[in-house]
Amino acid sequence: MNVLNSRYGGLAVLAAIVLLLPLVLPNNYYFDVANRIAINAIVAVGLNLLIGYAGQISLGHAGFLGLGAYTSAILTSNYGWSPLAAMLVAALGVAALAFLVARPILRLKGHYLAMATLGLGMIFSIVLTNESALTGGPDGMAVPGFELLGWSPQGEAVWYWVFGALLLAAVWLALNLIDSPVGRALRAVHGSEVAAAVAGIDTTSYKVLVFVVSAVFAALVGSLSAHYTGFITPGQASFLHSVELVTMVVIGGMASTFGAVIGAALLTLLPQVLSGLEDFEMVVFGLILMTSMIFLPRGLVPSLRGWLAAKGRA
Amino acid sequence: MSELLQFLLSGLTIGAIYALAALGFTLIYNASHVINFAQGEFIMFGGMATVFLAKAGVPLILAVPLAIMVTILVGMALEKAAIETARGAQVVTLIIITIGASIFLRGVAQILWGKQFYPLAAFSGEAPIEVFGATVVPQSLWVVGVSAVIVLVLAWFFGRTLLGKAVLATAINAGAAQLIGVNTRTVLLLSFGLSAGLGAIAGALVAPITTANYEMGLMLGLKGFVAAVLGGLGVGVGAVVGGLLLGIAETLTAGYVSSAYKDAVAFVLIFVVLFFLPNGLFGKRGTERV
Repeated sequence: MNVLNSRYGGLAVLAAIVLLLPLVLPNNYYFDVANRIAINAIVAVGLNLLIGYAGQISLGHAGFLGLGAYTSAILTSNYGWSPLAAMLVAALGVAALAFLVARPILRLKGHYLAMATLGLGMIFSIVLTNESALTGGPDGMAVPGFELLGWSPQGEAVWYWVFGALLLAAVWLALNLIDSPVGRALRAVHGSEVAAAVAGIDTTSYKVLVFVVSAVFAALVGSLSAHYTGFITPGQASFLHSVELVTMVVIGGMASTFGAVIGAALLTLLPQVLSGLEDFEMVVFGLILMTSMIFLPRGLVPSLRGWLAAKGRA
Repeated sequence: MSELLQFLLSGLTIGAIYALAALGFTLIYNASHVINFAQGEFIMFGGMATVFLAKAGVPLILAVPLAIMVTILVGMALEKAAIETARGAQVVTLIIITIGASIFLRGVAQILWGKQFYPLAAFSGEAPIEVFGATVVPQSLWVVGVSAVIVLVLAWFFGRTLLGKAVLATAINAGAAQLIGVNTRTVLLLSFGLSAGLGAIAGALVAPITTANYEMGLMLGLKGFVAAVLGGLGVGVGAVVGGLLLGIAETLTAGYVSSAYKDAVAFVLIFVVLFFLPNGLFGKRGTERV
């Protein structure tokens, strides 16, 4: 398991998978699934910084994703902005908003923090649903394609390389952040916030920083995936989507960047596999969620790592 | 003036339901420090089971207690199967387990009863009663009356009975409670049963007003959580006050500001309250031990 422990070994493995996967993907449907895995994985990697490393829960990150998506959609289709400018404004806007709410929110602990972030996400989702003059309401709205300096990605296979490259960039960024003084400070905050503060760490600033970073990850992905799918609904910002994102992080294994990627892959594939069950889809999905968390409370990758280490010693 | 009274009365009705949901959250939180996101599903199960028992010809006076008992069994099964096996897990893990449970229960309801909205006859007729120019449906009186009785019974249970005091002792310090002979596992099971029962009562009471549907628990559960946090997690009086305040704030907003943003009230309110009072209205200030 040394490969997954070293900083760039795991990244090399992930890069190899991204490069080689197209050879075995038979058609556009599979490319689409792969793209959606990458989209979720980027958000999960960002959210893992907050949940896994800083130990701060957020049940409202889909709200940031939805805000990013709708800002892009509204600016490009209603006001004729270029997609890149719209995306930058969306990212900056979400960064400013996240920064503004981060301080009061991150003062809260445990379930109070869960409640506040849940509330934040719900407010975004309700506004997006109700302001139908701008957002098309519950029915959603169409989004024009992406375009950058005359180049516009068309088709699932082209977008695959866009999302693949972004995923690798996001993972690289996360790995570097974790191994930097910032990452060490965050882990100290996770261990004990009081102890970290006594040791001279400005705990609030670090928590705010990682909250903003994870929100911007979500907003950027929201913008880009809106252009990719060409249609968005307020469901993107819903509580259930927030829960899905958190589940990806936790099921893959908190405080493991590759765990977040694996969790995103599993949670994206699961509904595809279960859709054949029709009425039984919800029951089975709920059951899998419960049992996997009961029996692997630390998530897949850390549990696997612990199991392999125990085997190595024997 | 009669308009305001009208809003206050309907706010009190829905607020009583939120208070029951919040009490359910509080009971489980005190016994186990778990926020049970399946609390809304207990409400849904109580409402749906009552509807279907009534449809099968069971008289209401039997259908409601039967539905409550079924839901209590569901709650206890959830505790045995999921919460007890996962004890000691992290907060996020426990949150996802109970969310998984709520998706599971919603799925079961969808298989059993489909996705339709089901009406339920009001407990004692539909003829509205006039109060100082405002009108109240009899079902509202049922909701408020039964909720008030439940609050009194709970106050008696926790203040006057040995079992209730055992639950309180567990809430304050589970380890110490165990040392003086309280069976904390039984307390946990009891709390889940009790809170499922409270949920089921709320579901049966509200079904004639809102109709019953397999998704009805989602919003009611979240608002119950808001009400519980609003009052201060783990404080019984806080849960009741939080629920009533939330209900009244909602109907006033719907009446005077915008009915489209009615559902946002709960979340804006909690945001503002937590901004000034990070432990809710009646919550105790805690200190972290290093």
